[in-house]
Amino acid sequence: MTQPSQNMVEARSVRKWFGSNEVLKSISLEVPRGQVLCLLGPSGSGKSTFLRCINHLETIDGGRISVDGELIGYTQRGDKLHEMKPKEIARQRRGIGMVFQRFNLFPHLTALDNIVEAPQGVSGVPKAQARERAVALLERVGLADRVDAYPAQLSGGQQQRVAIARALAMEPKLMLFDEPTSALDPELVGDVLDVMRDLAASGMTMIVVTHEIGFSREVADRMVFMDGGVVVESGKPADVLDNPQHERTQLFLESVL
Amino acid sequence: MTDRVDFDDSDDVVAVPLRHPGRWIAAVAILLVLAALIHSLWTNTNIIHSSITEFLFDPRIIKGVGLTIFITVVSMVIATILAIVLAVMRMSANPVLRAVSFGYIWFFRGTPLLVQIVFWGYLGLLYSQIAAGIPFTSIQFFAIDTNTLIPALVGGVIALSLNEAAYAAEIVRAGLLSIDHGQREAAYSLGMGPGYTLRRIVLPQAMKVIIPPMGNETISMLKNTSLLAVVAVAELYTAATQISAQNLRQVELLIVASAWYLFMTTVLSIPQYYLERRFGRGTARELPLTPFQQLKAAIARGRGRSNSRREVAQLQKGSLS
Ligand SMILES: Nc1ncnc2c1ncn2[C@@H]1O[C@H](COP(=O)(O)OP(=O)(O)OP(=O)(O)O)[C@@H](O)[C@H]1O
Ligand SMILES: [Mg+2]
Repeated sequence: MTQPSQNMVEARSVRKWFGSNEVLKSISLEVPRGQVLCLLGPSGSGKSTFLRCINHLETIDGGRISVDGELIGYTQRGDKLHEMKPKEIARQRRGIGMVFQRFNLFPHLTALDNIVEAPQGVSGVPKAQARERAVALLERVGLADRVDAYPAQLSGGQQQRVAIARALAMEPKLMLFDEPTSALDPELVGDVLDVMRDLAASGMTMIVVTHEIGFSREVADRMVFMDGGVVVESGKPADVLDNPQHERTQLFLESVL
Repeated sequence: MTDRVDFDDSDDVVAVPLRHPGRWIAAVAILLVLAALIHSLWTNTNIIHSSITEFLFDPRIIKGVGLTIFITVVSMVIATILAIVLAVMRMSANPVLRAVSFGYIWFFRGTPLLVQIVFWGYLGLLYSQIAAGIPFTSIQFFAIDTNTLIPALVGGVIALSLNEAAYAAEIVRAGLLSIDHGQREAAYSLGMGPGYTLRRIVLPQAMKVIIPPMGNETISMLKNTSLLAVVAVAELYTAATQISAQNLRQVELLIVASAWYLFMTTVLSIPQYYLERRFGRGTARELPLTPFQQLKAAIARGRGRSNSRREVAQLQKGSLS
């Protein structure tokens, strides 16, 4: 059986079609435990789709993805992959946190209740303990004073930090970030990046789709450049950013920097 | 120098709001018509006013009011639950469930409510017994006489609930569709299952969209209970017509019944208001005040205003002179 490998995420020849549009064309990559991978690429290159395949928000049409040695979304019987029941998929997702570009906080719940909902409701953490931990998480993202605020009463940057705290409340082993700062006013980006920087320093395994070149240069262990559904180039951030080997990477970096 | 505003003069300028003489004319005309109408009813010798007051609180009428409220509440509760099930089925990935839901809504919206009520009333003629067993075999678990199992009241409630569910299902579906897909994705990404997500994340938000039209539906339901007169359920309208059949005071008793229906629809809008507030949490930066809070605030403002007005006036005078 599968050894607990040193990789937290392993993607092998992942393919995905939307209708006749092949969005992911055999993507293979791995993320070692405790490392940060930054995904870079032009709009429509399939970054979000790939991220969403990792927690099975999208089904894949070929290849396989495993997180912490466990195949995501499918069970292998013989040489066939069978899609899991919703319940098992939900269990797998509990170990994978996700942060969205548009925050997606639950507007009818306060900041605290947003964080408490999943641990208390699906993981069965006792109420008092869940709340205590939620308060601690809000403190960690610098929002100890906004416990009872509704999302509509928070700035974009504050909402995104609550969203990060909400994902962390499930004690995930992997965090996925899909352009977490691109919907924010420039002056609010810094607070969110600070939280992510701390998280990376604490040893969390992370995959981050971002156009914040400075951030990825500093925090990423590895950087992957995607275009047209394929991995064009990957390596240490400094190598990819300062010495891109492919013309497409060069062109993209020129347009972003 | 020429376009400098002279403060001493502007202090005396009075702003005159736009006058609306048309509104006054219309209001007077409408009041006149209303007064004439009421006068004609009041002085109509064919209406015996004492019998209106006599029967307004007649025990049979009060019982009818109680039954009307009971039928409305029970039917709305059953219909709402069924509507949520139908709406979820309609949006499910399973084509069989989608087809069943579609067929249900198609049928119950497409046939008259009155016909459905009469149908449930006549069920005893169609099936003398209702039995549970395995279809197309002789295996039977139990069998009950239809008229025992479904007396007129139960049949009426079934008819009203099933019919209402078809309309409410579309309202619930509109509510569910109004919720951004990102909400479901965020819930799924936290490991919530589809059922939990619906119950805890999507439905509570959809309520904001669902409640106002459901308030309308409840008022319709309240008045549709009068259709149960055809199967002799003693709700308000039936009670009123039974009394008038004896004393021949038809118009008076219709006025009595109408007064009660109006009263009940008025009362119904109160829980709706509070439900809307409850499910509107988090959408506005601040919740609007309840009428009670508004009243308190208005009283407080009324006390404060005369003072502050005078103060402002004094301040202006002081700083300008
Ligand atoms: N649900 C969907 N149905 C059909 N096509 C889709 C769907 N989601 C994404 N696509 C298509 O897949 C391709 C990749 O989209 P994706 O969102 O993964 O790109 P991206 O790299 O995240 O781009 P961006 O930087 O703009 O977010 C695009 O061509 C897009 O139109
Ligand atoms: Mg994207």
